[in-house]
Amino acid sequence: MSFDIFLQYFLSGITVGSIYAVVAIGFNIIYNTTGIINFAQGEFVILGALFAITFTRTGFIPLPLAILFAVLITTGIGAAIEIVFIKWIKNPSVLRLIIITIGISIISRETAHHIWGEQVMQMPYFTGTSTSSVIILGASIAPQVLWVLGISGIIVIVLQLFFKFTLTGKAMRACAANRTAARLCGINAKMMVTLSFMISAAIGALAGCITSPITQTQYDMGSPLAIKGFVVAIVGGLGNSTAAVVGGLLLGLIESFSIIFIPNAFKDVAAIIILLVILFFKPSGIFGKKEESALKEF
Amino acid sequence: MDVKRYRPIAVLLIIIVFIQLICTFTGTEFFLTQIIMAAYFSLVILGLCLLMGHAGQISLGHAGFFAIGGYTSATLTTINLIDIADSGVAGFLKGAGILFLRKDIYGEEILSFSPWVAFIAALVVTILIAFLIGIPVLRLKGHYLAMATLGFGMIITTIVRGTRIFGEADGISSVPAFDLLPVLRVTGKSIYRIENYYIAWFIVIIALIISLNLINSRVGRALRAIHGSEEAARAIGIDTARYKLYTFVLSAVFAAAGGVFLTHYNGGIGPSQSSVMKSVRYVAIVAVGGMDNIWGCLFMGILLNFLTLRGFFGTLEEVVFGGILIVFMLFFPRGILKPGMITSFRNAIRKCGLKLFRMRGKSKQNAA
Repeated sequence: MSFDIFLQYFLSGITVGSIYAVVAIGFNIIYNTTGIINFAQGEFVILGALFAITFTRTGFIPLPLAILFAVLITTGIGAAIEIVFIKWIKNPSVLRLIIITIGISIISRETAHHIWGEQVMQMPYFTGTSTSSVIILGASIAPQVLWVLGISGIIVIVLQLFFKFTLTGKAMRACAANRTAARLCGINAKMMVTLSFMISAAIGALAGCITSPITQTQYDMGSPLAIKGFVVAIVGGLGNSTAAVVGGLLLGLIESFSIIFIPNAFKDVAAIIILLVILFFKPSGIFGKKEESALKEF
Repeated sequence: MDVKRYRPIAVLLIIIVFIQLICTFTGTEFFLTQIIMAAYFSLVILGLCLLMGHAGQISLGHAGFFAIGGYTSATLTTINLIDIADSGVAGFLKGAGILFLRKDIYGEEILSFSPWVAFIAALVVTILIAFLIGIPVLRLKGHYLAMATLGFGMIITTIVRGTRIFGEADGISSVPAFDLLPVLRVTGKSIYRIENYYIAWFIVIIALIISLNLINSRVGRALRAIHGSEEAARAIGIDTARYKLYTFVLSAVFAAAGGVFLTHYNGGIGPSQSSVMKSVRYVAIVAVGGMDNIWGCLFMGILLNFLTLRGFFGTLEEVVFGGILIVFMLFFPRGILKPGMITSFRNAIRKCGLKLFRMRGKSKQNAA
C-alpha cells in the first residue's frame, strides 16, 4: 500500500472514529450519573442533524444559527425524556431501564420517520462544496473532515475542562462517584441527572450536524451509530471518557482498514466482533484497571 | 401425573376448536392464516418468557435464533444436488430418505434434503450456536448482556444479508412443504388451512407442556431463585451458570423451531426476520405478557402478532410497539395479566353468588 492511500484510509478512519468517540462520551456522561445505558443515544445525533437540515432549508437562517437551534432543541428533548420517563421511577431494575430506553429510541425514530420521511438528507458543506478538497501530504480530503476533527476535538477538551474546573462539573463527578454522599454535601443529584441527559443530547446533536455533510442523514441511522458508540465506550471501559476517545479513533481506524481484508457488506461485523471479544475476555475495557473492575459487576 | 396443571390446556383446546368453528361457519377462514403464523411466532415468545421471566436474563438476539432455524431449514431443502444425483452416495442417501426428489413449478427436478432432516439439522445447529454464544454471554449481566445479545443478532442479520447461499437481501423462496406424516403437511396452501391450524397449535401445546413442566420442577424453582438473587441462589448450592445456559439453549431451540415451521408454512424467509427490531418486538410482547406469566405471554403473543399480521396498526406499527414497551415498563412492570387473575375472578363470582343466595334466604325468612 502506497503512503498516500494509507493516509487516505487513516484520515477517513479518524474522521469516523472521532464521531464514535463523541457518541461514546454521550453514553459515558449519562452512565456516570445514573448507571443507565441510554439506548436512545444515537437518536440524539440523528435528531440534531435533521433539525439543522430543516432550518437551513428555510433559506433565511444562517448555518451557524441553524446548528445552534438544532442543538438547543435536541437538548430540550433530552431533558424532556429524562423528566417524563426516568426521573420519577424509584429503584428501577436494569432490565426495566433497558426496555424503557429502547422504547424511547423506537418512538423518537418513528416520529422522525413520520416528520421527515425516508429520504436521505444532507447538510450543506460548512466551507466549499462537495467537490472541493484539501491536499495534505498527498492525500486529498474534504474540508469538512477538518471541521469534524476540529469540532470533536473542541467538544472533548471543553467537556474535560467543564468536569475538572466548573462547580457544576465537579458536582456531576461527585454524583458519579457516590450519589448518596453527593446529596449529603448539598448537591441536587436529581438536577445533575437531568443535566447529564441534556449535555449528552447536546453533544450528540452537534456531532450529528458536523458529520451530516459527509455521512448524510436518514431517520433510521441512529441505532447503528449507538451500537458503535457503545462498542467504543466498552472498549475504553464504561465511564472513562479519555479512553473513549482512544477507543473511538481505534475503532474508526479498524473499520477503515478492514475494507482491505473483508467485503464492505461485513464492515459492521468487525465492530461487533470486537465488542463481543472484549465483553467476553475483559469487560472492564482495555484500559480498565484490575482493582477497579473487581468492584464492579458486569 | 398432576392433572390440575393440564386443566388450562384443556380449556385452551376448547377455545382453539371454538375459534376454528366460528371462522368456518362465518366464512372468515382467512383469519386462521394469521393465527397460524402468530402461533409459530409465539413459540419464540414462550422461549423468551422462560429466559426473561424465569431465569431473569434478557436477550435482544432471539430473532437471530429464529432466523438460524428458518435459514438452515430453507437452505437445506432448496439446495439442488441434482448434478451429483447419479453418484453412489446420493443414491444411498435417497434410499435412506435423507434426500428427496421433487419438481418445482417450472417442472425442473430438484434433489434436496428432506424437511425432517433439515428440521433436525436446524435444531442441532441452533443448539451448537446457542451453547457457543451462551457460555460467554451469560457471564454478563444487565446492560452488558443486552448489548452482547444485540450484537449477536446483528451479526446474524449481516451474515444472512451478505451471503449468496442465503439469498442476500432477497432471502430464500420456494421452500417446499414439510410433510410431518404422509398425510400431514405444513404448507400455506389454502386447502390445507384447517389442518395447518391444528398442526400449529399442536406444536405450540407441546412447547407449552415442556415449559409448564419445566417451571413446576426443580429446574423451575432454581431459575426463580436465580431471578430473585443470583448470589443467594449460588450460595444455597444452585449451579446458576448451568441452569441459565440450559434455559438459554432451550429458548433458542423454541425460537428456531418457530423459524423452521413458519419458513415451511410461508414457503420462504427473508433477512428482516432476523432484524434487531424483531428481537425488540419479542421482548416487548414478553414484557406486556407479564414476563414470568406463560399464559399471559402466549395470549399477548397470539393477539399482538395477529393484529400486526392483519395490518391493524398500519404504518404506526413500530410506534405502537415502542409505546407499549414504555407504558408497560413505566406503569405495569409485571404485566397486566396476573397469574391469579382467573382464580380471583372466580372467587369474586362465587362471593357474589353467595351474597345473592344469602339475600334470597333472608327475603324468604322475611316473607315467612
